[in-house]
Amino acid sequence: MIDKLALYFEYPFVKYALLVGVLIALCSSLLGVTLVLKRFSFIGDGLSHVAFGAMAVAAVLNITNQMLIVLPITVVAAVLLLRGSQNAKIKGDASLAMISVGALAIGYLLLNVFSTSTNIAGDVCTTLFGSTSILTLNITDVWLCIGMSVVVLGMFTFFYHKIFAVTFDENFAKATGIKADRYNLMIAIITATVIVLAMKLVGSLLISALIIFPAISAMRVFKSFRLVMIASAVIAVVCALAGMLISILAATPVGATIVAVNIVVFAIFSVISAIVLKL
Amino acid sequence: MSQLKCSDVSLGYEGRTIIKHLNFEVNAGDYLCIVGENGTGKSTLIKTLLGLRQPLEGNIEFGEELKPTEIGYLPQQTMVQRDFPASVWEVVLSGNLNKSGFRPFYSKEEKERAEANMCKLGIEDFKKRCYRDLSGGQQQRVLLARALCATGKMLLLDEPVAGLDPKITVEMYELIQKLNEEGITIIMVSHDMAAACNYADHILHIAHKPLFFGTKEEYLKTETGKAFTELVKMEALGDDEDDR
Ligand SMILES: Nc1ncnc2c1ncn2[C@@H]1O[C@H](COP(=O)(O)OP(=O)(O)O)[C@@H](O)[C@H]1O
Ligand SMILES: [Mg+2]
Repeated sequence: MIDKLALYFEYPFVKYALLVGVLIALCSSLLGVTLVLKRFSFIGDGLSHVAFGAMAVAAVLNITNQMLIVLPITVVAAVLLLRGSQNAKIKGDASLAMISVGALAIGYLLLNVFSTSTNIAGDVCTTLFGSTSILTLNITDVWLCIGMSVVVLGMFTFFYHKIFAVTFDENFAKATGIKADRYNLMIAIITATVIVLAMKLVGSLLISALIIFPAISAMRVFKSFRLVMIASAVIAVVCALAGMLISILAATPVGATIVAVNIVVFAIFSVISAIVLKL
Repeated sequence: MSQLKCSDVSLGYEGRTIIKHLNFEVNAGDYLCIVGENGTGKSTLIKTLLGLRQPLEGNIEFGEELKPTEIGYLPQQTMVQRDFPASVWEVVLSGNLNKSGFRPFYSKEEKERAEANMCKLGIEDFKKRCYRDLSGGQQQRVLLARALCATGKMLLLDEPVAGLDPKITVEMYELIQKLNEEGITIIMVSHDMAAACNYADHILHIAHKPLFFGTKEEYLKTETGKAFTELVKMEALGDDEDDR
């Protein structure tokens, strides 16, 4: 087994995949804590569907660099969804469900009608659940991920206390002069970016698992915001690494394996919290 | 000039006016109680004073020594907070953010200030505890300590005793009175008339039509005030009977 792993590690694309996987899991988990606590976790899910739709459009238009289309569309959707959820007039969750299912349907329709590929079902499956495309990362993707991680980590270090205040009590934060709307916007845009990059790793259906699971696992056991943040990041990195190694060794799909490991960790943490409560 | 002055303020949502022509002013050291039934716009008024909303008409002026971001605020409790993983220390410290500007960490002074306010409110032992595991009264003290970190001048309290049991309610009122005696201006929303009459020195009564603003003594002479004092007396009698 060790031999097998050692052999794989000779290939640069395996190293890239591991690095990118860990970075994406790390960023998603940090964002996840705020998104879950602000009751915005559904935004991650909605955005991933929008990204799928955008990906389909890019595929149909035969654009080589799909990022150029997918990223702007998803960012715009993120900003609109955030506005919608803050506007008391429109029922936030209904309009979101509409957009996300709509994007999914249109995307699939477009792929089916216009795609020149002979293996449409396979293409769709790949976009939805991620695939071996994690192994086809090029050096640009890797640098993109590193850049994004630096931005996300920088944001969470520099604005940590303000993000806490805005997440805990937006009205109080605003009253003391924090521009809460700007932080919400920043978080929405970064969420959109992380989601688009993460699609390569786990596909658009599974990305919200990377956002939600580490955060809710950490919240089972830890009781301060700082510890939840740190624990969430550690859980995400460990799960991503374990998931990717298992998927290499057992030849299972990468995205689904990472999510499965996350589910196991969540179960373990739930048991721990139940035991701690009893004591 | 007074610390806070509202001239001819009207409040509302999306064109629907809730309160019209509101006039009142608050001087340093005052204890103003805003009373009125549910849904008359008390919370809306508080949010407008804090600058979270804009008034439909009229204007709100602050005295020279008070910046709008220097007001301490105790919100009406919301559901989101109740299961939030945050330690008491983190919550109290976050009251300091109006002073920190772009600085990404808390200064030594800010930490000392948070400690001092926790001691003042008797919650220093809860520092490491999780906010969501505290009782309602303890949570209110934590939020009050946070508000005190944000201000030394004026506190806006939106129904600070809602949901607390009678004993804790009295403790809370006395704590607020103590802060007022130390020189902090208090603006408190309540629909507990008895407490308003007991502790406040000014009353603003908001209702759909008649509005009253003045000192407590004047208020007790008005028709609505009389009706309420009757009510308070009856409640007091009722309480006595319960005690026996
Ligand atoms: N975000 C909002 N959008 C529209 N109407 C609102 C909003 N918040 C409160 N209202 C309405 O404004 C009125 C006053 O509400 P509020 O200020 O919370 O009253 P109070 O605090 O006195 O109970 C109510 O009729 C309420 O329905
Ligand atoms: Mg209210």
